[in-house]
Amino acid sequence: MTIDAAIAPASRPRGPGLLARAFAGTTGPVVTIVAVLMVVWYAAAVWLNAPLVQSETPLSTAELVDATLALERPLLPAPHQILIELKKTVLDTPVTSKRSLVQHAWVTLSSTLTGFAFGALLGLLLAVAIVHVRSLEKSLMFWIVSSQTIPILAVAPIIIVVLGAIGVTGLVPKAIISAYLCFFPVTAGMVKGLTSPDRLHVDLMRTYDASPSATFWKLRVPASVPFLFTSLKVAIAASLVGAIVGELPTGAQAGLGARLLAGSYYGQTIQIWAALFAAAALAATMVGLVGALEGFVLRQMGTRR
Amino acid sequence: MDASPLRDPTIGTGAAAGGPAPGRVVIDARALSLTFDTADGVVHALSDVDLTVREGEFVSFIGPSGCGKTTLLRVIADLERATGGSITVDGVAPAEARTQRLYGYVFQAPALLPWRNVLANVTLPLEIFGMDKASRLEHARRNLDLVNLAGFEKKFPWQLSGGMQQRASIARALSFDPKLLLMDEPFGALDEIVRDKLNEQLLKLWAETAKTVVFVTHSIPEAVFLSTKIVVMSPRPGRIIDVIDCDLPADRTLEIRETAQFLAIAHRVREGLRAGHSYDD
Ligand SMILES: Nc1ncnc2c1ncn2[C@@H]1O[C@H](COP(=O)(O)OP(=O)(O)OP(=O)(O)O)[C@@H](O)[C@H]1O
Ligand SMILES: [Mg+2]
Repeated sequence: MTIDAAIAPASRPRGPGLLARAFAGTTGPVVTIVAVLMVVWYAAAVWLNAPLVQSETPLSTAELVDATLALERPLLPAPHQILIELKKTVLDTPVTSKRSLVQHAWVTLSSTLTGFAFGALLGLLLAVAIVHVRSLEKSLMFWIVSSQTIPILAVAPIIIVVLGAIGVTGLVPKAIISAYLCFFPVTAGMVKGLTSPDRLHVDLMRTYDASPSATFWKLRVPASVPFLFTSLKVAIAASLVGAIVGELPTGAQAGLGARLLAGSYYGQTIQIWAALFAAAALAATMVGLVGALEGFVLRQMGTRR
Repeated sequence: MDASPLRDPTIGTGAAAGGPAPGRVVIDARALSLTFDTADGVVHALSDVDLTVREGEFVSFIGPSGCGKTTLLRVIADLERATGGSITVDGVAPAEARTQRLYGYVFQAPALLPWRNVLANVTLPLEIFGMDKASRLEHARRNLDLVNLAGFEKKFPWQLSGGMQQRASIARALSFDPKLLLMDEPFGALDEIVRDKLNEQLLKLWAETAKTVVFVTHSIPEAVFLSTKIVVMSPRPGRIIDVIDCDLPADRTLEIRETAQFLAIAHRVREGLRAGHSYDD
């Protein structure tokens, strides 16, 4: 121990090792994980696709590997195949074409955002109602929780078909499914957030004989802001899932859901994965934007250091 | 809220000098009792409490943990309802005194709102009372000066030390110039050096503003140093076992704690606390 202690200061100036430094930030771990993932992915692609390779002549190992990664309809597409498909449908196709993934993403995004706006608003209103009228909590909460136990895959076709029968098609039914999925996290989070002030602060407002509305605006609302953003992040991701699910039952012409469905119908696995990646990128971007807004608002409020 | 009679310096100094009974009665409790019905039985938090606090006095409640000091203060503030006896605050029921905003309450924790800076925390009650912005700022600045926090207006609570946070919460309680200041162990969480300093500041502040102060503490020296009257309490059931007049000169400094007069009062408080305990065992 004592020897270690004596040596330590001398070796300190060399600083942490290369590996330690690579892991100091977030880039190191992320790059490592992506690299490992790629290796596993390629290995899995070769293994899964090998049975699909047809050839009259016996193939060498290298030829077999090449062939497994170049199939038109592989069981598991290789990452570079997906990237090529993404480049083709995102960059090389004009946005106006119905083969453009950007256009499909936009169709899904518009119903996602519409559903999110209404769902979040509904969630907020329900939370405020529940917090104000405590007796509502038991009655309303029961229905709200029940609504979330019904699988969306069962409800979505009903909504689409029923609304379609009365002539409502396109964005609206999808947005309704999105809203249905995303109001709940907002209600749950905001009920928690609006009731989060501790007894001390509630007592403090009481010593000022503050009206319920003053207590609401000056204490409950600011205290709920961190809860709001946490639930909005969950809600916007759920909203995207809702929009995609809403595109499945109709055999919709456009949207990422339609691409997924068409891809699986024709066995176009590469197209399915490209649509999946586009959806993931969309979700990550939206959650990231909400996170950025959260950072900005909390800094403005002075509560983030 | 007419502050002019409170601003009369003779009231404050008269009280501090322990002269003949000073102002009119501000708090008057008769046979006050309060029981909590809890899952494991009835807790007698207060039992048969008689208490008179006059205008300009500095009254301390002292006693072991659980003897009902906080509960008594909360009854005065109408944060808790007595279950027996009677109490008036400035001649009216506590609920009415609260709606008239007659008192400022300082909690054991600073209880500052983390999303408001110091200035906005101090103006919070004034905003709630609907005061216009210019007067709000003027009141806040004056009271931040009083607690030596001028220059820290734009700081957020997490940027302040515990002592500064507690001073900000005192400025907040004073911001609307209440007649009565209720303080529940405001310096309990602070180290002794900071506490000494804040005690001196509080005494000065009391002399300047001539407010009536009710102060809860665990510390005998703090109680003797600050008070004109010390109320010794004892637990199970929470009750008052001694009321000690404390007639130290008004312009006291920390050195007074070495004097025979100070030690004699401290001794009597300690005796009272000990008596309360042996009664229990
Ligand atoms: N809301 C409550 N419900 C039930 N019992 C309570 C409640 N508040 C206080 N008590 C009980 O009443 C008694 C007095 O409590 P109180 O907080 O007034 O003591 P205290 O003198 O302020 O103690 P401390 O010095 O530890 O702050 C205690 O036995 C406590 O357990
Ligand atoms: Mg207490």
